[in-house]
Amino acid sequence: MGTKPFFRRRKSDPFEGDNAPKIDYKDTRLLQRYISERGKIVPARITAVGSKNQRALARAIKRARFLALLPYAVK
Amino acid sequence: MPLYEHVMIARQDLSNTQAEGLIEHFGTVLADNDGKLVDFEYWGVKTMAYKINKNRKGHYAFLRSDAPASAVQEMERLMRLHEDVMRVLTIKVDAHEEGPSVQMQKREERSDRGERRERR
Repeated sequence: MGTKPFFRRRKSDPFEGDNAPKIDYKDTRLLQRYISERGKIVPARITAVGSKNQRALARAIKRARFLALLPYAVK
Repeated sequence: MPLYEHVMIARQDLSNTQAEGLIEHFGTVLADNDGKLVDFEYWGVKTMAYKINKNRKGHYAFLRSDAPASAVQEMERLMRLHEDVMRVLTIKVDAHEEGPSVQMQKREERSDRGERRERR
């Protein structure tokens, strides 16, 4: 009655739109936002990244890992 | 000719000039094989996220090339044989980006930063 039903605002893909950042394996600061504290890639359902961009993101993170810019695993 | 980006990590106990010399050396390798080194950047000594060949840090070099596959293969082969080179990554790109890469931009930003509050 008084309580509204739980409603979460639909998040939009951070890599879509006009001034969206380019996914680049060299951009460690950007990629860092999409890995967990343990160094794992964060699932798209949490970050709201679209599936196409998520694939590009995963590729970029894996390249950055190979170059030791990002860790494979923390601790 | 296809366009490539290369990132090379050299051993940390090299001097800056030695590391830059390495870039030049592999640039000539490309040139000898009908390729062209379009642009290069020296990212400096960076701490690596994990140890490679028992090294904690490494000299990062970034190359942009316009070369036939055979030239790139030859350069990679020589890099892998080279003692001072720990790792190479070659990626084919559709177009070379103009201006310095993100890694270089970050370095410049760092100097005029300071009073920005910690996020998160």
